[in-house]
Amino acid sequence: MLYMDTTVANTGTEGKAWGGGNQPLKASYGKMMMWFFIVSDALTFSGFLAAYGFSRFKFIGSWPIADEVFTHVPFFHGNYPMIYVAFMTFVLIMSSVTMVLAVDAGHHMKKNKVIWYMFLTIIGGLIFVGSQAWEWGTFIKGDYGAVQTKGGNILQFGENVTVDGETVFKRVAVSDFAIDAHGERVAHERKNGLWFVDEGTLPEYTVDEVYNGLVAHPNYLVRTQTINDEGEKTILTREESLKQIKNNGKLVVQGANLHVNEYGTSLFADFFFFITGFHGFHVFSGVVINIIIFFNVILGTYERRGSYEMVEKVGLYWHFVDLVWVFVFTFFYLV
Amino acid sequence: MAHEHKLEIFRGLWKFKSNTSKIWGVLFVLSVITFVEVLLGIYKPESLMGQLLGMKILNWIFIFLTIVKAYYITWDFMHMRDETKALRRMVVWTAVFLICYLIFILLQEGGYIESVYSSGFVKRDF
Repeated sequence: MLYMDTTVANTGTEGKAWGGGNQPLKASYGKMMMWFFIVSDALTFSGFLAAYGFSRFKFIGSWPIADEVFTHVPFFHGNYPMIYVAFMTFVLIMSSVTMVLAVDAGHHMKKNKVIWYMFLTIIGGLIFVGSQAWEWGTFIKGDYGAVQTKGGNILQFGENVTVDGETVFKRVAVSDFAIDAHGERVAHERKNGLWFVDEGTLPEYTVDEVYNGLVAHPNYLVRTQTINDEGEKTILTREESLKQIKNNGKLVVQGANLHVNEYGTSLFADFFFFITGFHGFHVFSGVVINIIIFFNVILGTYERRGSYEMVEKVGLYWHFVDLVWVFVFTFFYLV
Repeated sequence: MAHEHKLEIFRGLWKFKSNTSKIWGVLFVLSVITFVEVLLGIYKPESLMGQLLGMKILNWIFIFLTIVKAYYITWDFMHMRDETKALRRMVVWTAVFLICYLIFILLQEGGYIESVYSSGFVKRDF
């Protein structure tokens, strides 16, 4: 029995050119539709990434520098840009390899090999989704905190220190130098005020506390979002630093969410959550579909059908998820 | 059951004995490219920071390497190499054309708005 016929009902037109019986593309209906879905999904992702490019070109002089945003590795302290995300990329490529090995084993009707490789693929997918959750958590929690100005710009803090004869700007955390005044207002709650008004959590520090802390540390300077000719963020003079915080500081922000972003323009955080979230959702659904197919393989569904083409079809989807990540990796972390 | 695979990459420069060994070969290629990308991303060589066509040379290298990776994932992992010409072109040309168009108009517009900001709200005075 021809493997292509096993998943599709026979219509009696096989081999009849004008009855729709010929297959000029030599691919089954299911596989072709998976390819067409992938094309449309690729266009969706391109839309998101191109919109990201649009916003980035619009704010080309003040966009956050990815190397300064994603610097953490689980279980390690210190500054390691790129390392963890490179690991995630490798995990996803590796799970693509086990997927294509499962497809290959399916072509040779080796059921046990298919089971084993599908299992490894699922594990790889889970590691990736877990890593992405960790990456999100770290990004949301934030690093040093910053002050948002009335105009929505971000001002960060640090001091110039000499390391190996080179002057570098060492960031300092707001929580380490702000002077707690204990005079801040308490968060409004429904039970002790207007019952129909809600208020979110208040920032841990007020701008005044940060200002007082800045005054108390004569070495500390403010860094703005603006990228200078050397491709680095502009550092203000001491006088200018104090002036900016005093006159323009509005809100102390810690971490990133859809409203504020301590790393720079809030658009960066919005796009990060949206694009990596949409990709992560694809990985998650890919894992779910892989698990379903995995159990079908164990149950012998495809052995009875005489074809493992279904593994090939989910394989296409899984590789596509890897393909998209290659681009997300480039445009969020490298470029 | 016919499952012929074309077993060579780099236009025939690297031939494989079986489909499985080709998969590992492609993994090797992809890993090397990723490794190079990460190295360049960490060290950012000064010589590649010059501008070329509105972007840093380094960024063009990253984009080029990404497309190379995308090619091998599509051609070898997704078996595009083994599909008929018609299916391949239907998928690849359509996507590539539409994506290039989309990127062009959006980046063009983003750059325009940026220059309106940076040149005192008048980009072109007719």
